[in-house]
Amino acid sequence: MSAVLSQNTAAPKAQRSEGVWAASWRRMRADKVGMVCMTIVALFLLLVIASGSGLVAKNWQKEVGVPNAPPTLMGPAPAEATGTIAMPKGPNVDLSDIDPLAPRYKEWDERAKQFKTEEVVKSETLPFGGDRLGRDVLAKVIKGAEVSIMVGVLAAVVATIIGTVLGAISGFFGGKVGDFLEWLYNVFTAIPGILLIFAFAVIFGRGVLSVVMILGLAGWPGIYRLIRAEFMKHSVREYVRSAEAIGASKTSRMFKHILPNVSHVALVQLSLHVVGFIKSEVILSYLGLGVGVDQVSWGTMLAESQSELILGYWWQLAAVTGFMAIFVTAFALFTDALRDALDPKLRGLE
Amino acid sequence: MLLSIQDLKVAFRMGKIDGQMQRQLAVKGVSFDIPENSTVALVGESGSGKSVTAMSILNLLPSNAEREGKILFQGRDLLRTSLPELQGVRGREIACVFQDPMTSLNPVFTVADQIMEPLIKHMGMSRRQALVRAEELLNEVGIPEPKRRLKAYPHEMSGGQQQRVMIAVALACSPKLLIADEPTTALDVTIQRQVMELMAKLKDTHKMSMLFISHDLGVVGEISDQVVVMRHGQIREKAPVAEIFKNPQDSYTKALLACRPSLTENPARLMVIDDHIAGRAARAEGKAKDPNAPVILEVRGLKKSFFFKEGLFGKKEFKAVKGVNFQLKKGYTLGVVGESGSGKTTMGLTLLRLHEPTGGEVLFEGKDLLKMSGNDWQKMRRRIQVVFQNPYASLNPRFTIGQTLVEPMEIHGIGASHSERLATASALLKKVGLDDTALNKYPHEFSGGQRQRIAIARCLTLNPEVLVLDEAVSALDVSVQAQVLNLLKDLQDEFGLSYIFISHDLAVVKFISDEVLVMQNGDVVEQADTAALLAAPKQEYTRRLLGAVPRGYQEEAAAQASAA
Repeated sequence: MSAVLSQNTAAPKAQRSEGVWAASWRRMRADKVGMVCMTIVALFLLLVIASGSGLVAKNWQKEVGVPNAPPTLMGPAPAEATGTIAMPKGPNVDLSDIDPLAPRYKEWDERAKQFKTEEVVKSETLPFGGDRLGRDVLAKVIKGAEVSIMVGVLAAVVATIIGTVLGAISGFFGGKVGDFLEWLYNVFTAIPGILLIFAFAVIFGRGVLSVVMILGLAGWPGIYRLIRAEFMKHSVREYVRSAEAIGASKTSRMFKHILPNVSHVALVQLSLHVVGFIKSEVILSYLGLGVGVDQVSWGTMLAESQSELILGYWWQLAAVTGFMAIFVTAFALFTDALRDALDPKLRGLE
Repeated sequence: MLLSIQDLKVAFRMGKIDGQMQRQLAVKGVSFDIPENSTVALVGESGSGKSVTAMSILNLLPSNAEREGKILFQGRDLLRTSLPELQGVRGREIACVFQDPMTSLNPVFTVADQIMEPLIKHMGMSRRQALVRAEELLNEVGIPEPKRRLKAYPHEMSGGQQQRVMIAVALACSPKLLIADEPTTALDVTIQRQVMELMAKLKDTHKMSMLFISHDLGVVGEISDQVVVMRHGQIREKAPVAEIFKNPQDSYTKALLACRPSLTENPARLMVIDDHIAGRAARAEGKAKDPNAPVILEVRGLKKSFFFKEGLFGKKEFKAVKGVNFQLKKGYTLGVVGESGSGKTTMGLTLLRLHEPTGGEVLFEGKDLLKMSGNDWQKMRRRIQVVFQNPYASLNPRFTIGQTLVEPMEIHGIGASHSERLATASALLKKVGLDDTALNKYPHEFSGGQRQRIAIARCLTLNPEVLVLDEAVSALDVSVQAQVLNLLKDLQDEFGLSYIFISHDLAVVKFISDEVLVMQNGDVVEQADTAALLAAPKQEYTRRLLGAVPRGYQEEAAAQASAA
């Protein structure tokens, strides 16, 4: 047969094929909501990078305003007339002949010149307001975004990788391996979630990477379960059978054939978990098990704003929730659009 | 006139591009009448708009459909009735039976619940009355022990019985019109025959009309009075059934009639639609087979059992294949026929070790395939390949056709570079009647027939010597089926391939096979040359399979029916 074929093996037309990713990108571009959300997510990620490299919000710890400076762009209101007794305007009475310290004033002035004092003018108001120490809330929320987004995304990636790999193995092989992983899953789900997180927190200590590992290790079971079900369903489909018939190895069938077909499940789970983990980080930081005391995250800011709110200082809460709501919504919609773009319509299958 | 469709147009909104609404016209001005007490058949390939036409009668279309024209049912225009009024008509006066009985019955309700629902809703019966009526209906559609089966859930019944239940649900309120949308396409030929006979009988006893939709003129000829042939959303021909079969006017109708393999004729190639419309004759004789060809595959006592857990430690054995023996010569085709559940597919998959066999030997050039391990088996794999039944499920939806075709060559190291493999792939695509542009497309962009060609091309990339075709044409329209069958014959002549052709349809098996194996409940009940088997079937079971093949319109049968 190869002899027959070699006669007409003229190279196929040079026309370049539209790859999987190019086609997905074309579908993605048609989705307006998805594109807007992608831009927002990209801007947030740029912000995270900028703040990480010290371009913005480097001096977030500096106390630039008066404590609890109210948010406004108009500047402080003019001071009201207080109605006290007018100050006398004439020159001071000369007391130098009877002042025992008078001869030393000059010397003191000389000595004082050797030191420089800088009078910091603390602003009465800030664009986004200030916290109880007078730190700029805008700089704080940007720095907090860096920590929170990094924790949320990295932890979700860790959880998704663990869940997907274990789910794939369990769903594809089944049998003893599947039984063992199911047992592991049961152990993890039998322990109340928050308790599990605390247990890991005790082992890992404080810090950003610790929080990532804690949340990742405690958050995979849900993803594992869904991926396992998908693999069980797909591993008996005819396209996987026919891959087996041409001699494709088990790894190739699991990760090259089935995984792209279930990737939308993993992607949606990833986005849901990013949102969930940002919230978990809040809880951990609130309880003092999260990021270090010298760091700031959306979680620590929310914890602070709780007591501020009682005193009527609402601006820190507003800034954090605003940033968080925009990012989380955009991220969820973006993952949705991504799923649609990556899915070449499984007609006749689903 | 019970129902009159006048100049019906149906368009689907396909979303906006540049602010301009895109519409796809699926039905382009169709008019026909359904008289009282008669059966009208709508025939056409998939995509011809026949189902859309039928579903627009009751407005069971997706929400992006727009209908235009007139549908008069007993003088009322159904396009202009309100939804509550239409809901009163649905099930009460016009009822539907759909293609796939497995999905059109609700799996969480018992049979009784599903039959009682329309009775309680439309006829105002109490539950007790409805239960009595449901039992009568089950009895009428020929389900044994109706009282016991009322409590059954759909999954406890076979496909044929499920379709009978669907018919019982449709008949519950004695409708005046029954719309049957490909009611037998998902069924085996023998079950198809039973369901068709049942529907014809019920039509007479209930004095109702029927709109019967099918892609197979052979089926339609046996049941209908009037035939409407549709293609691309337009009517090509409408005439009484005798006219259609004796004196078809339209070239498309003629082509549809010619492309179904029949039991009586023995052409080397089947007519396909394009040939017929272009006025070409089907190509002449194929290559004669070499009677001294070597035996390439020998199967001895092949067995496969499945084990179910029973109790705590017990196992229950189910023997799916109980010892199959055959020899396959190089360049020959072995047909395997049987109803679903006869073990024919399990047998085919066991040959390829997609199921691990329980016992027996499969000798490929003297070496036992079943005892091979690891590397030897991987090398042997390329020489024996399989094409699956459902072309929609057997291609990976995430792979382009190029990736799908190149992958097997990569695994087995055929071809030196990616570009060389791509060249082979495009050469094979040409061989199966597709062109290079297909390489960059995804499976969902192709029709069922094209996908099956791609699946065949994928097998050919490995230069196999034996192909197992597992119901490879059963899911296709008759017209497409003819093209694929021709292709298979051409490839066999060119490359000397040997086929194991598994099917439930004896007419198709007869067209392609040299020898036939008839299977029932895991046993081989008859095994003979194709010609000998057809001339003198020894087993009752084989005769039943033969009798079930649709024969189209038969004058004698029609005469008998009218006399009776």
